[in-house]
Amino acid sequence: MISIDAIQRTAETLMDKAAIEIPQDYLEGLQAAADAEDGDLSSFVLQAMLENYEAAKEDRRAMCGDTGCPRWYVKMGNEAQIEGGPVALEAALRRATANATKSVPLRPNRVHPLWRTDHDNNVGIGAPEIEYGFEPEGAWIDLITVHKGGLFGTDYRMLFPSDGIQGIKRFFLDSLVAFGKRGLACQPAIIGIGLGGSKDTCMVLGKRAACLRTVGDKNPDPRIAALEEEFKDLGNSIGMGAMGFVGKSMVIDCHIEVGYCHTGGMQMSVHAFCLSSRRAVARIHADGRVEYRTDPQWFTDYQRRETVEWALPHSHEKSA
Amino acid sequence: MGAAAQPRKVRLSTNPSPEALAELELGDIVYLDGVVYTAREGVYMRVIEEGAELPLDLPGESAANFHCSPAGTPLEDGSFKVGAVTATASFRFSKWIGEWLDRSGAKLIIGKGGMNPEDYRKEFVPRGAVYLTTVGYGTGALLGRGVKGVRGLHWQEELGIAQALWVFEVENLGPFLVESDLQGNSLFDRENKKIAANLSKVYEGTKPAVLKRFGETDDRGEELI
Repeated sequence: MISIDAIQRTAETLMDKAAIEIPQDYLEGLQAAADAEDGDLSSFVLQAMLENYEAAKEDRRAMCGDTGCPRWYVKMGNEAQIEGGPVALEAALRRATANATKSVPLRPNRVHPLWRTDHDNNVGIGAPEIEYGFEPEGAWIDLITVHKGGLFGTDYRMLFPSDGIQGIKRFFLDSLVAFGKRGLACQPAIIGIGLGGSKDTCMVLGKRAACLRTVGDKNPDPRIAALEEEFKDLGNSIGMGAMGFVGKSMVIDCHIEVGYCHTGGMQMSVHAFCLSSRRAVARIHADGRVEYRTDPQWFTDYQRRETVEWALPHSHEKSA
Repeated sequence: MGAAAQPRKVRLSTNPSPEALAELELGDIVYLDGVVYTAREGVYMRVIEEGAELPLDLPGESAANFHCSPAGTPLEDGSFKVGAVTATASFRFSKWIGEWLDRSGAKLIIGKGGMNPEDYRKEFVPRGAVYLTTVGYGTGALLGRGVKGVRGLHWQEELGIAQALWVFEVENLGPFLVESDLQGNSLFDRENKKIAANLSKVYEGTKPAVLKRFGETDDRGEELI
């Protein structure tokens, strides 16, 4: 049984870590981009960002003043038991979100869409989002918080099989060029692409591809992995860098996730996880141990399964 | 890193003289000293559309309007905790900016990503104002270090913390980049034009979507297939 106190305490720590500490994989990706960048303004911007990550950690203050929209991804092993059940779990995550908004502090970004009511705590109708996933084995719970920012850099389009890879490339470039100007997408970013599913799941897949996979991670389908590499290079060949200045750093990495879709369609979404790619993860075990990490390890073979039944002996769950 | 020269660094008052503004060149790195206040759509609507009186003396106290909501919170003892500070995208405030410049006497508009070059020519140039953009975005922790104190927090109850009008005492607050100068030239506009020259080559081997969208045609009578 995992105690609800442990969940709330851990969740508060995660809120703090996500807002303040840039994940190491993104940091290394950005350092490599800064080394390769030769545009003078773009280079200056990337250096300033690297200094900013240091300042955030030194001062224990949020790395960006727009601390995004905190959300939760919760994953449970099949044997996990939560004290008080799922309702208590959701209450603990909402409490942690509200408490951390004051203690870090975060910007209370969440308001009612029409009345602009602000509870000054990032909690409201549907906020924070809490999404769930499950794995076939284990009595642990993974808490993943993502504080994705940005009103720009995300788009959806219904493409069709006849659009083909050429059409996918066009929409990818359109999204980067449209939102890259003036740096509205806060690039260089981790670009996530969702392909297929239905309209809503296509958006979910693309967002998770951007936010729940680390820099350097490859899709296990080698043909999709090759596309990821090609799209990363394509994005970096636009001639645009940080803040939309002349440069070559748009994409720190590109991740593609797919879902089976209607036979006539080829849904596509594009998402940009920005210069403040905020994610933090903890696994709470049944015995109360807590392990912190920055890799959500969301996309396991189980999450990407294609078959009706899932046969445990064939599972290759990523570092469960 | 490239061998290209670093842009020039400038320290500027938040009530800058016309001469100091005239010396600014596109791409200069600016650090500010004095007082800046936050005002964005919430404050603009309250003042311009609802006719509320300004809660402080502008531009007497400050001529520097920051399009910003800080990651900050009022504490129970009446003091404030301000962590990171970054800007929000300014182009959305175009409809209010001319009247706001008149009402506030602001000479420095600070935000994310600049505004439409036409706004500079029509609204900024006649009023002797320039636009500074934050860097990154956003160097929230670095900017947070430049905030030395909170002089006031107005309209928290009416607008919420994110839209409220914060007044910050600042020292060496930056970095910012000069995005528009007194002639209305724009750094982003200049860079966009350079990048546009390469775009047709990048798009080679792609093709337009089979199903178009409005926006790709503005004729609503037209079919999209």
